[in-house]
Amino acid sequence: MISAPRLSHMVLMTAILAGLAVASKARAEPLIADLSDHLVAITTGFTGTELLLFGSIEEDGDVIVVVHGPPTAVTVRRKERVAGIWMNRASMTFDEAPSYYYIAMTEGATEGLPLPVLHRHQIGAQNIRMIAPQDADPAELEEFRSSLIRNQQTHGLYSTVPGTIQRRGQRLFRTTVHFPANVPIGTYVIETLLARNGEIQSGQTTPLFVSKVGAGAQIFRIANSFPALHGILAILIAMAAGFAANWIFRKLG
Amino acid sequence: MHVYLPIAEMSVNIFLILGMGVGVGVLSGIFGVGGGFLLTPLLFFIGVPSPVAVGTQAGQIVATSVSGVMAHWRRGNVDFKMGTVLLIGGIVGSTFGVWLFALLRTLGQIDLVIKLSYVIFLGVIGALMLVESVRAMMRTKSGKGGTGRKLHEHNWLHGLPFKMRFRRSQLYISAFLPLTIGFVVGVLSAIMGVGGGFVMVPAMIYLLGMPTSVVVGTSLYQIIFVAANATFLQSYLNQTVDILLALLLLIGSVIGAQFGTRLGAKLRGEQLRGLLAAMVLIVCIKILLDLIIPPSDVYSLSFPSGIGH
Repeated sequence: MISAPRLSHMVLMTAILAGLAVASKARAEPLIADLSDHLVAITTGFTGTELLLFGSIEEDGDVIVVVHGPPTAVTVRRKERVAGIWMNRASMTFDEAPSYYYIAMTEGATEGLPLPVLHRHQIGAQNIRMIAPQDADPAELEEFRSSLIRNQQTHGLYSTVPGTIQRRGQRLFRTTVHFPANVPIGTYVIETLLARNGEIQSGQTTPLFVSKVGAGAQIFRIANSFPALHGILAILIAMAAGFAANWIFRKLG
Repeated sequence: MHVYLPIAEMSVNIFLILGMGVGVGVLSGIFGVGGGFLLTPLLFFIGVPSPVAVGTQAGQIVATSVSGVMAHWRRGNVDFKMGTVLLIGGIVGSTFGVWLFALLRTLGQIDLVIKLSYVIFLGVIGALMLVESVRAMMRTKSGKGGTGRKLHEHNWLHGLPFKMRFRRSQLYISAFLPLTIGFVVGVLSAIMGVGGGFVMVPAMIYLLGMPTSVVVGTSLYQIIFVAANATFLQSYLNQTVDILLALLLLIGSVIGAQFGTRLGAKLRGEQLRGLLAAMVLIVCIKILLDLIIPPSDVYSLSFPSGIGH
């Protein structure tokens, strides 16, 4: 199980190395990065997966990788105690919050990067961008915003501590990006940044698709596109299962 | 071995789900109850989002009731006329229930309402059953046989208009009564993801005064259609029916029910009822504690465009 992907990673790295050797003669790209796969397929047996992100830099510097899941609206609710029972009271809805966020960097990459730069490139969970409600009280807003981030971190959808990017020699780098079982589907954007002298020298974005495939995907698609049909099918399947169970056990006595 | 549930959007251990099905199936076989009121809370406990747990259970109940009603039908223990009147109330009730469910979900209160309904109904029914079985046990101890209960009491409920004759149940009562009971149970089944047998059966015996022999068959007959309506609407309006999860639970529960029925025949009635009552109360207390104990994080997330976590 473990050796097969490792082997394919090695083959890929070798291929990239060979490719780079040719490419560097033609024209120097400051930063090149790619993923071991551009599709995360959620099959019936899906329990999460890891992708290898690798690349090379032409100049000295630090590498930062930021993965953004498809933006979505998120409602944050706060429970308060009412008559001894904890119930949802205040709520705030944020638009276009990333449904997934992952960050990895080479050691000490953010040292010397000024705050506006960290903010602009959404480096670190506290700098994730989302559209906040217009008329909210600033203190409340911050409380709800940080709770959104904290909750997503608890669910394993936002990274808490940045992952490490390992260097191979002066030019090559690699890191693994983990996708948990509850990873949202959609188009992801992977930003690889080259940081040097307190600023971002260059960057590259790579798309990644996370989608459901196989029987589970069909069920999901039917349930969402043809809800009435799905409802009728669900009833028919349930009834058939009921008849089958009755028949089997009558035969068994 | 894990399996990814397409609607619940989570990965679960297939043996855990099958095991839960078997466990609840054994209990439902022993006690002759549907088991939805135990299975739905169990689904909450393993982290299935409560709207999905409720919607999926509706589908699972269709299957178990179809399987159950066949045996009763063969024995002629189904009052179709009474069942149909209850059913009309039930369809209106479950339609209203699913609509209410969708409304509460947008208000962010659906979790609370589902859990509170469980606490109230499990608490009341568990307590009543416990009292009743303790009394029965004391009666058998003191050696006196139970005195024959009157078929049913006559009270103001029997003075209502629109009387109908139900030959199989030997009743001549107002149609309002079964309609209302059907409606209330229909709302419950939509909101709580239960067949409602645990409310329907006592209501049929004590409120309508139906003979015990036809109660279970008739209740199962009408539950099929009420649960089917809830399944369709939950799927149509809320997209919360996970048929894969329903099938896994079903496989477990039909197997479990077969063992349960055999086991149940060996145990004594009042002890069984006492056990069931204790179990119902334990589930009730567990859900209540979840509502009372301060949550580890008072903030929670929901995703208006999709199913939450």
